Amino acid sequence: MEKRTPFRSTWLPWLLIAPQGAVICVFFFWPALQALLQSLQQADAFGTSVEWVGFANFQRLWQDASYLESFQTTAVFSALVACLGIGISLCLAYFADRVVRGTVIYRTLLIWPYAVAPAVAGVVWLFLFSPSIGVVSYALNQWGFEWNALLNSRHAMALIVMAAVWKQISYNFLFFLAGLQSIPKSLIEAAAIDGAGPWRRFWTIQFPLLSPTSFFLLVINVVYAFFDTFGIVDAATKGGPGKDTAILVYKVYFDGFKALDLGGSAAQSVVLMVIVVALTVVQFRFVEKKVNY
Amino acid sequence: MTFFTRSKVAVPCVMALCGLMHAGAQAQTEIQWWHSMTAVNGEWVNDLAKNFNANQKEYKVVPVFKGSYDESMTAAVAAFRAGNAPHILQVFEVGTATMMASKGVIVPVGKVMQDAGFKFDPAAYVPAVAGYYTSPKGEMLSYPFNSSTTVFYFNKDAFKAAGISTDKPPATWPEVALAAAKLKANGHKCPLTLAWQGWTQLESFSTWHNTELATQGNGMRGMNARMVVNSPLHVRHIENLGNMAKQGLFVYKGRGNVPEATFVSGECAMITTSSGFYGNVAKNAKFGYGLSALPYYPDVPGAPQNTVIGGASLWVMSGKKADEYKGVATFFNYLSNAEVQSASHKRTGYLPITLAAFKLTEASGFYKQNPGTDTAVNQMIRKTTDKSRGIRLGNYVQIRAIEDEELEQVWAGKKSAKEALDSIVTRGNEQLERFEKANTSKN
Repeated sequence: MEKRTPFRSTWLPWLLIAPQGAVICVFFFWPALQALLQSLQQADAFGTSVEWVGFANFQRLWQDASYLESFQTTAVFSALVACLGIGISLCLAYFADRVVRGTVIYRTLLIWPYAVAPAVAGVVWLFLFSPSIGVVSYALNQWGFEWNALLNSRHAMALIVMAAVWKQISYNFLFFLAGLQSIPKSLIEAAAIDGAGPWRRFWTIQFPLLSPTSFFLLVINVVYAFFDTFGIVDAATKGGPGKDTAILVYKVYFDGFKALDLGGSAAQSVVLMVIVVALTVVQFRFVEKKVNY
Repeated sequence: MTFFTRSKVAVPCVMALCGLMHAGAQAQTEIQWWHSMTAVNGEWVNDLAKNFNANQKEYKVVPVFKGSYDESMTAAVAAFRAGNAPHILQVFEVGTATMMASKGVIVPVGKVMQDAGFKFDPAAYVPAVAGYYTSPKGEMLSYPFNSSTTVFYFNKDAFKAAGISTDKPPATWPEVALAAAKLKANGHKCPLTLAWQGWTQLESFSTWHNTELATQGNGMRGMNARMVVNSPLHVRHIENLGNMAKQGLFVYKGRGNVPEATFVSGECAMITTSSGFYGNVAKNAKFGYGLSALPYYPDVPGAPQNTVIGGASLWVMSGKKADEYKGVATFFNYLSNAEVQSASHKRTGYLPITLAAFKLTEASGFYKQNPGTDTAVNQMIRKTTDKSRGIRLGNYVQIRAIEDEELEQVWAGKKSAKEALDSIVTRGNEQLERFEKANTSKN
């Protein structure tokens, strides 16, 4: 049964969505269109000569072996960030939901990292884990673990994943906490009376009922890992060692803003856009079927 | 950025704003100067403008800090596209080829000076500095402002502890390896590190040994240059460093100037980096330190030749009014004054840009009082050759990143020196070919 309140006027609904529509057009569609146009051009830094080059920028990307490797790097990075970010924050939210005393303090502290800019998060983690001056790396070396994010690819990847996850945990936490709190207490109490322990109650009641939230966060976290993490990479590893942490969006940023190669950078952002659109479509078509609303 | 720069709406607004600002200062002509100098060097820039403004009434130079070198260049690109560029822009050496190739964006500094009626003699400048910013036709395009070069620093206390002479610091690479081995035997964890690895170990290394990094005189003669950095000499040097890394004699501490902190803290005993690092060491090092010339291989004919500069120069942007250009010329004329130059050199550790300023500094006894400060100057005040005049590569920012990426593979033991250098050549040439194509097709 659907509840609907139809508008009588034909222009009022359009008027009401006009502000939102305008915002989306100006801040999303227009830049996206610009990127599309620029990806077909080759221009010098100052834009004094602009030449239409067709798909040459894209062709160059496919011929660049390091660009193709960067897909793999990005896949590993995004999967790690999304899984760890969602898993850890679900865990934290579950426990914060059960805390009896000091709830406000826990929640506030868990939300704080969200206010930190990505580049700052990168620098904070870099300071902790820098081979020469980092507190954590010093401790690790004392314990006999040779931490060197400058030359060891796995260490470098671990570093940016930690920073990216830490930054996103608060956001995920907020949604999970709200999700958990909206689950009727009566359901959980009924299960408890039937003899289900906390673990059982979580897997059979709370987790399935959280599925809309989890699904939403999966989409958001994947988009975050793909688009918003260049600041962390730039501050922590600059894509090194070699190109082993150079994820796709970092290369877009580097080529566009540092190297002033706007055509190449635009072509890469178009590729990135296509990937994220495809991923989101896949998520909505296949993962969403498992979601109970 | 693209969204803002292409926006035709923003331009009238900005112009209206400029009109308002201009109305307030009609008596004086304002000269906007965008720069990237921070901390001590930022104060220096502000003092230069202040003194110039106090000396005359006609023009007012306004220095504006626009972020790091690459940030201020991006900002200038955006401003130029919106028709609102500054009069003077400080651009790092890596951006030189981009500025030169952007026809109609800049006005050659020689022309600005001559139009304003000032005598402008390129011969008055230190050759390796002026040559870097001179076009293949012999026209000086930008005004050399803050130039540094690559030198060698060592920790005297650590040397003494390891029984190495501090009066005769290692001058050649074999001697550096020997000193590093002694330091390691003495329990030192980081005998040697390298900052700006591409600049110090490939670029400056090449000119120092009078060997080409790229053809066409390292790109100084034209945009059709191609990388040749996989020569036997280059392979030998990188192989040596790779072996030293394996033995723990050289410890990699990161890209850019990041490794410098490990020298100041005493963790690393030797470092090759910019002469501009001197101020930091003098202020913060809690140990005896020494400064000497970049090491070389004594069996290479022609070595040592001269090292290559880094730092930045001032570019004059196009599309401004005649009296504004006159103001820019007057300001540059002030900066060229030997007294001003010499004071800047002593204050910042950057190179003196004119020969007169060098002689003046020498006569004042500054080098005697501060031993080692003349190292950088001595490496530069030499007659340059076609192979050592400078390095001018298109898409240089990307090439520097490629150098970092490939060298890291050697230090990590994943690639041999030859493989990494071959890869720098292949990947670097793709960048050079693309730059050539993008910048020649428009004529």
